[in-house]
Amino acid sequence: MSGATVVLADSTLQDAATKFLNMFGAVAGFLAVLLIVFFAAGRATGRFSRPLAIVIFLAPALILLVIGLVIPAVRTIVISFEHANDTVLHANNLHLVGGRNYAWVFTTGDNQHVLLNTVLWIVVAPVVTTAFGLLVALLVDRLKRQAVYKSLIFMPQAVSFVGASIVWRFVYESRGAGNAQIGLLSQIVIWLGWKNPPNWILSSPLNTFLLMVALVWVQTGFAMVVLSAAIKAIPDEIIEAAQIDGARGGKLFYLVTIPMIRNTLVVVFTTTMITTLKIFDIVRTMTGGNFGTQVLANEMYNQTFVSSDYGRGSALAVILFLGVLPLVGYNIMQLRRERSIR
Amino acid sequence: MTIGIRRRLFAALVPAVAIATAAAGCSNSSNNNSGAGAVPTLTGDCAQYQAYAGHAGKTVTMFASIISPESDSLQKSWKQFSDCTGITIKYEGSNDFESQLPVRVNGGNAPDLAIIPQPGLLQQMVGTGKVAKPPAQVVSDVDKYWNKAWKQYGTVDGQFYAAPMSANMKSLVWYSPKTFAANGWKVPTTWADMMTLSDQIAASGKAKPWCGGIGSGTATGWPATDWLEEIVLRTGGGQVYDDWVAHKIKFSDPQITDAFTQLSKWMLNTKYVNAGFGDVKSIATTTFQDAGKPILTGKCAMLQQASFYGAQWPKGTDISENGQIFAFYLPGINPSVQTPVEGGGEFVTPFSNRPEVQAVQSYLSTPDWATSRIKVATGWVSANSGADQTAYTDPIDKLSAKYLTDPNATFRFDASDMMPAAVGSGSEWTAMTDLFSGRKNIQQAQQAIDASWPS
Repeated sequence: MSGATVVLADSTLQDAATKFLNMFGAVAGFLAVLLIVFFAAGRATGRFSRPLAIVIFLAPALILLVIGLVIPAVRTIVISFEHANDTVLHANNLHLVGGRNYAWVFTTGDNQHVLLNTVLWIVVAPVVTTAFGLLVALLVDRLKRQAVYKSLIFMPQAVSFVGASIVWRFVYESRGAGNAQIGLLSQIVIWLGWKNPPNWILSSPLNTFLLMVALVWVQTGFAMVVLSAAIKAIPDEIIEAAQIDGARGGKLFYLVTIPMIRNTLVVVFTTTMITTLKIFDIVRTMTGGNFGTQVLANEMYNQTFVSSDYGRGSALAVILFLGVLPLVGYNIMQLRRERSIR
Repeated sequence: MTIGIRRRLFAALVPAVAIATAAAGCSNSSNNNSGAGAVPTLTGDCAQYQAYAGHAGKTVTMFASIISPESDSLQKSWKQFSDCTGITIKYEGSNDFESQLPVRVNGGNAPDLAIIPQPGLLQQMVGTGKVAKPPAQVVSDVDKYWNKAWKQYGTVDGQFYAAPMSANMKSLVWYSPKTFAANGWKVPTTWADMMTLSDQIAASGKAKPWCGGIGSGTATGWPATDWLEEIVLRTGGGQVYDDWVAHKIKFSDPQITDAFTQLSKWMLNTKYVNAGFGDVKSIATTTFQDAGKPILTGKCAMLQQASFYGAQWPKGTDISENGQIFAFYLPGINPSVQTPVEGGGEFVTPFSNRPEVQAVQSYLSTPDWATSRIKVATGWVSANSGADQTAYTDPIDKLSAKYLTDPNATFRFDASDMMPAAVGSGSEWTAMTDLFSGRKNIQQAQQAIDASWPS
């Protein structure tokens, strides 16, 4: 027995050694090529030197961008109009079917529900996250030892979505009447006097909102930190001037603070919205897309990698991409505007 | 579903591992066919491997979904073969086997042998044209030692390719012999008896007769597909089952509707389920691993689950005929269907016909290897009828082997593993989950599955 273990360890070691050698070889080769290119570029003079430098510095990024982003994107768009020839779905025997995959997305009842859920996610989750973040930022800023509270609220940010989902899944765990509850939420509402709480994770459409709680829990810390910094960056003179003019409490908040941090608010909001649009792990971990909680990103994964239906998966991916595009554009515009103000 | 289920849970979460394994696959491509000299004579303990001699120093690569600790037992089982013949079997197990194998094969980097748990995936691999034909000894071993149905699952378009390796028995009902004895309940031998017993247990008020759970992360729903398959096989028999798998009989066909109706009287019956967890709907949120636990506390009496459920009981549980936990054979419904048995298993698929690969392949199809693997550790059963049945030490293994090697049994492979993935691990899972969680009725579930059949 120990002999077998030794042999195994031996071969593993050998394997690891070869892999490391291969890796170092590859890195060394890469560096050598770079050195040669830079050396050649350094020797070039005259009217070629500037265009050559531009090409050398831009080419690697451009090539990688084309290979890693442009080509896959174009391919995905093409595949979204295709379907496999036979019942054993392959990626390599597709033929064009026009808009059939898109028709499937928009006309199937289950898919309409998926789209509705996705819309719910992108509307509700960012609003709640930003609102909570702002509220907490305002409240915590007035406390002593705010660093302690901020760290506590920021801490979930360090937890991955999958980790957070597992935690919240336990919170929503439910047992039928007469059995000891093991889920925190059920037990709390029973203490509050609700005799027979529902099986939370099964209760559609409530369950979609319960899933959002996990996202809000993780993201509020981020919103709070960014917004808190923006509030602190408001010059004291402006606040004092407003106060001299008679602004107090709510008025000061609505007429001075909010406009001053407007750009930051928009950035926090859109960033959270993009995160939400791509939400995949929370749904996958908590319900696997069952019980009416499915969203676009998860359905895309299922169609492509579980069902091997690359056409439908790609169609969903394209829809998701088109959904994210304006948000990203808007976000970049906001960032530019903010930069130009400063 | 097969034992692959637990691994798939995290398959989605570890793309990094997938990339790592893909990269690892690139580094082993050594096979130098030098010096085919004279075949040496093996002596002593090694004499039994004479037929496989003459390939010393050669390496055979093997890729499978079985990971440690189960894979350690596999490697131990062929160690003597390897030491005696000098053939090194380079084994690699991956959590991501099902998605990695097509990538490797299409990329011209196929392993010599792949252990495939789904006949559907085998079919897909044969479609690539890279699967090799098996040597004569494998064919004759399979003809001799396996139930005819098994050979069929290793066959694509009339050509036999892959010999079965391990097998698991799905048609089992877990129960507590102690609780049964204390209450005077008897193990039922017909379906009608089982329903009478269920009514009796339900009426006694001491316990609910059935427990169930179909939660399994992203694979949620698979145990429910097994329940439906068991009933289809028991009511319709082998032919209906085969036609159903091939979609010649649709899910909305009256014969399958019958099976759904039976299911609704059994696992969807409010009086029967779901002790310790809640109502019928709670089956959808209870994990299959947790489902049987209330049997230990006497809250529920029975759970239908495959032989591999044995690994779920807490350590130290007395699993034996008169102990805390044991299993009985899920009885038949239609008397004209003889001993219906549903199971799963794996198939040794060759991607090369080099002589040393064929030697390993041949050895793995023999009763000698099966016996060797049985002796290494419990929790592993072969449907090879030549394997030494007395080598089984675990009572559940023994029980499973008895039905799996029965030549008169109506054996059928897990249907969802044979249907196209879009159905078998897609829409059927979700539709059955919707059926149990009350989001769809029988008719809606049937329509959803039929509509998703790839065409």
